[in-house]
Amino acid sequence: MTAVSQGPPPTPVPGPVTDRKTMGGRRRQLGGVGENAGKANWIVKAVLLIICFLWIVPVIGLFITSVRQPDAANATGWWTVLKSPLDATQWTLANYTEVATESNMFRAFINSFAITLPATLIPILIAAFAAYAFTFMEFKGRDVLFIMIVSLLVVPNQVALVPLLQLYGQFGLNGTFPAVWLAHIGFGMPLAIFILRSYMATLPKELIESAKVDGATHFTTFWRLVIPVSVPALASFAIFQFLWVWNDLLVALIFLGPGENEPMTVNLAGLIGQQGQGWQLITAGGFFTMIVPLIVFLSLQRFFIRGMVAGSVKG
Amino acid sequence: MTAKVITALISIIAGVGGALVLYYLLNKLAERLPGPWEDRIKPYVYILPAVAAIGLFLIYPAYQTIVYSFANRTSTEWVGLDNYRQLLTSEAFLQTLFNTLLWIVIVPTATVILGLAVAVLADRLRPRGEKLTKTIIFLPMAISMVGAATIWRFVYEARPAGQPQIGLQNAIVTALGFDPVVWLQQERFHMNSFWLMVILIWAQVGFSMVLLSAAVKGVPTETLEAARIDGATERQAFFRVVVPQIWPTVTVVFITVLIGVMKVFDVVYVMTNGNFNTNVIGLEFYNQLFTNGNAGFAAAIVVMLMVAIIPVMIYQVRQFRAQEAGR
Repeated sequence: MTAVSQGPPPTPVPGPVTDRKTMGGRRRQLGGVGENAGKANWIVKAVLLIICFLWIVPVIGLFITSVRQPDAANATGWWTVLKSPLDATQWTLANYTEVATESNMFRAFINSFAITLPATLIPILIAAFAAYAFTFMEFKGRDVLFIMIVSLLVVPNQVALVPLLQLYGQFGLNGTFPAVWLAHIGFGMPLAIFILRSYMATLPKELIESAKVDGATHFTTFWRLVIPVSVPALASFAIFQFLWVWNDLLVALIFLGPGENEPMTVNLAGLIGQQGQGWQLITAGGFFTMIVPLIVFLSLQRFFIRGMVAGSVKG
Repeated sequence: MTAKVITALISIIAGVGGALVLYYLLNKLAERLPGPWEDRIKPYVYILPAVAAIGLFLIYPAYQTIVYSFANRTSTEWVGLDNYRQLLTSEAFLQTLFNTLLWIVIVPTATVILGLAVAVLADRLRPRGEKLTKTIIFLPMAISMVGAATIWRFVYEARPAGQPQIGLQNAIVTALGFDPVVWLQQERFHMNSFWLMVILIWAQVGFSMVLLSAAVKGVPTETLEAARIDGATERQAFFRVVVPQIWPTVTVVFITVLIGVMKVFDVVYVMTNGNFNTNVIGLEFYNQLFTNGNAGFAAAIVVMLMVAIIPVMIYQVRQFRAQEAGR
């Protein structure tokens, strides 16, 4: 696993994170070992321990409750199991089976993939072509167009929802996967172009020039040269977009709503809203929705953080 | 079920493959153009699909939203400024605006301060401890807001006095000898809004910590040493040497969290649905559109949100220009 601590991301967030001032001078080594490493006294350690405890305990409580017997989960606090953790009769996976089938969480799980994968993969190539043109080609209106894209980064998705709902209504798209795919492709596009262009701008111009001299067309240069070296930026965007779409509630609620095509977030929100659902089911459903993002987080932490940091301004 | 998986797979192949074929063909066409026209047209060919997507799904709808904000609930008749007038004179909407303002003031500030504190303190740990600490604090970033709300709803769960509490917060309160509290209904001093804000802060501090940690580690050591030689205490060195140098990053984190907070929806929707005076404009927009079926009000609310975001937009563009100039 890669450390969370790393230098400023290679895809600069808009803003002076990679400020010139901090670039000069002798920097403390990035990646963890600084001059202060190991200097923590017990107060610092205690404070950090408490903060970490506060951060992680709610998640642990959710998980423990999700594997407890229904009666116990709703009658006593989850921490009571810590007295006898080895008592196997108190543990069960039945809550997961029940929430997957009775509450259709498994169907929602499949839907989440069916929504997220196309919405993540399709925009990448389209954005990459545009980013290439913005970085390596000269054309009229280039800077104005790009400034427009930068300003659109912060525009909240809400601005598009009312008209899109009516537009989709005319084409009978509401309630279908293409409705959310198209919306997410459009909403993610400014960010995708921005991330990829920021990265491509750091590639040596001479490389492109020399390819041109050797007679390569733009298409060949893009495909053979620029795309292969841009993989880190492509991955950062892909992970950000994947999690953004996977975790989205609003867009799914508006264009899909509860029912046949709902993703996990909509299903979970519905589960919480229903009266009388036991906590063992809600917690199992909650944890179920988190499994994929947590796997992505723990296995691709470095790309994940770059993606999150680069995409955090997305509106 | 399998049909859905197959549809999704076909869409991926058709979407990605289709885009590729389209670019290939357009590129071939552009190459046929005589002489200088090839180079003049090609850039537009490359950006066309992306710009079309942005135009169709962001710019055109944004324009339509502005238009709809001057029309009635079904967008069939002009009502002039009526939507704005009615919203801004309604007691409930003003309360909603005030609640949103509370979120805007409290959440970004708390997120920056906590993130900076963790970044600075964890910097003093040995690498392994620092890594573990940061992973734990960053973890909630992976979780959806609905998931986060589920986690915290369980923490805030309240049972009548005398019954065993299964929510952590009330278990602690009753263990200390107090009566259990229904946290999400504490309207006094907007305490319930505050409990909702905790969820967003919990989710965002990791982001703030990662950026600020990189900034703190980037402060040149000489400047700190110089301050110490001049007799500055550690506290003075921190506030007078480190803080000014990381200030640009502090601004970036603050603004980023601010944008997220202005349109917050999921947390409030799941936790209270705006009841007990916890409504915010992101949720009010949704409820006007769906529950109330009033597209005019919904559009007017979004336009107000857009107007509020314009200063951030200008800042964003300025920052970008400065960055480009320094490249």
